Amino acid sequence: MANENQSGSNVIPLILAWGFVGIPLAWGVIQTIENAMKLFQ
Amino acid sequence: MALLPFLDRSRTIAAPGFSRWMVPPAALCIHLCIGQAYAFSVFNLPMTKLIGVTASAPGDWNLAELGWIFSIAIFVLGVSAAIFGRWVEEGGPRQAMFTAGLCWALGFFISAIGVYIHNLWVVYLGYGVFGGLGLGLGYISPVSTLIKWFPDRPGMSTGMAIMGFGGGAFIASPLSVWLMAHFSTPTHVGVAEAFIGLGIIYLIFMWVGAAIVRVPAPGWKPEGYTPPVVDQPLITKNDVYVYDAIKTPQFWLIWWVLCLNVTAGIGVLGQASAMSQEMFPGKVTALAAAGFVGLLSLFNMLGRFFWASLSDYIGRKNTYFCFFAIGTVLYCTVPWSGSIGSVTLFVLAFLVIITMYGGGFATVPAYLKDMFGTRYVGAIHGWLITAWSAAGVFGPVLVNYIRQYQIDSGVPKAQAYNVTMYIMAGLLVVGFICNFLIKAVHNRFHMKPDHEAVRAQMAVDAAGEPAGA
Repeated sequence: MANENQSGSNVIPLILAWGFVGIPLAWGVIQTIENAMKLFQ
Repeated sequence: MALLPFLDRSRTIAAPGFSRWMVPPAALCIHLCIGQAYAFSVFNLPMTKLIGVTASAPGDWNLAELGWIFSIAIFVLGVSAAIFGRWVEEGGPRQAMFTAGLCWALGFFISAIGVYIHNLWVVYLGYGVFGGLGLGLGYISPVSTLIKWFPDRPGMSTGMAIMGFGGGAFIASPLSVWLMAHFSTPTHVGVAEAFIGLGIIYLIFMWVGAAIVRVPAPGWKPEGYTPPVVDQPLITKNDVYVYDAIKTPQFWLIWWVLCLNVTAGIGVLGQASAMSQEMFPGKVTALAAAGFVGLLSLFNMLGRFFWASLSDYIGRKNTYFCFFAIGTVLYCTVPWSGSIGSVTLFVLAFLVIITMYGGGFATVPAYLKDMFGTRYVGAIHGWLITAWSAAGVFGPVLVNYIRQYQIDSGVPKAQAYNVTMYIMAGLLVVGFICNFLIKAVHNRFHMKPDHEAVRAQMAVDAAGEPAGA
């Protein structure tokens, strides 16, 4: 049984879920890169 | 039936319309939190000054005593993943994620009490035992669910989750420092409060992941996906029961493949700062070395996603051939980079090596799925995690003791790592041979029809009470 409606039908929960994990991860990665670059200057 | 009905596997079956792309963030909610383990060292120095505040005072804990906290947690991780793997698999991802969140948060809360009353045994119990349980359960809980949702891209999906484990330290490190600074006063180090803060944040995060996660309905397939019709010898269409899987030579060959790959990387991760400064005295400062360690962590995380995704196209066995072949060449390059004084070559070599260290972790669930099927892949993965615990001992011991032996034998510090690098290259050659020896699992290990009947009944039972998305 292939479920044809499994993707693209509800975008808002997807954005919220990915934002919930993506924003903190992006913040952490940026912090790390900033520190690494400062230290190499 | 789970203790709380909401956690029951049957309540997590996705309703029509549920997007499978909701599952990777659910898995990331878990792995980003338990990845804090990689950043636990930020607490080490502050915990040596809990009494003295500005400097260690008599009665304060020392670094050697504190080092056991992480070691106990990693040991319990391996043991709990092996023991509870089958429970995780059969009880469903939500129950496992919920329990992992509870254990992980309890670990922080109990540790906060230990810090408050200044009793290290309570911290061992908290972060070491309860935290280790949270680590073990959390690490394996989303693996088989992701593989079932992404039969077309199993490497990418599990790579995404395990990338989160590598990325968790990026969040935990600055967050922990900020929390400690916020709660510290001139007469008090805010470690206990930081533990409580982290426990609350992680509990919420992990329970959100448990609430989001769903398992696919029986028979579900991605839109447009047709399983390959041509038989691929190293991708089984059968399932192997967890306790049969660990009797196969394939399991133990993959165990050594993971153990050797991790051994080579973990020793470097732990010693990267000291190694870069000692191999390039005067060229690499302590600050630059700290930046190098940060870059290693970043490439460790990126490698998890890159290599696991690539394995969907080139195959798991070929991916590990890449790790072992490229790794061997790069480890042999490191002493040469030291002899010609090329920091750039040294840094590039280790950045690539560390992507393959992370890639080894992230690709192995899909390798297990290829060899043993999807039914018990999470539980089998739990047993395989013991390879990580073993490598956690082998790697640092190899690097530290051989370096010390070299220095004691009169070898200059700049060359003290050369023998270690060649030994690491040798370990990777052994890993290459183990990987080469992996063949398809013999059909006598495949689950028999009676197992199939039980599974079919379970699926019918589960389908009887589907939950809303």
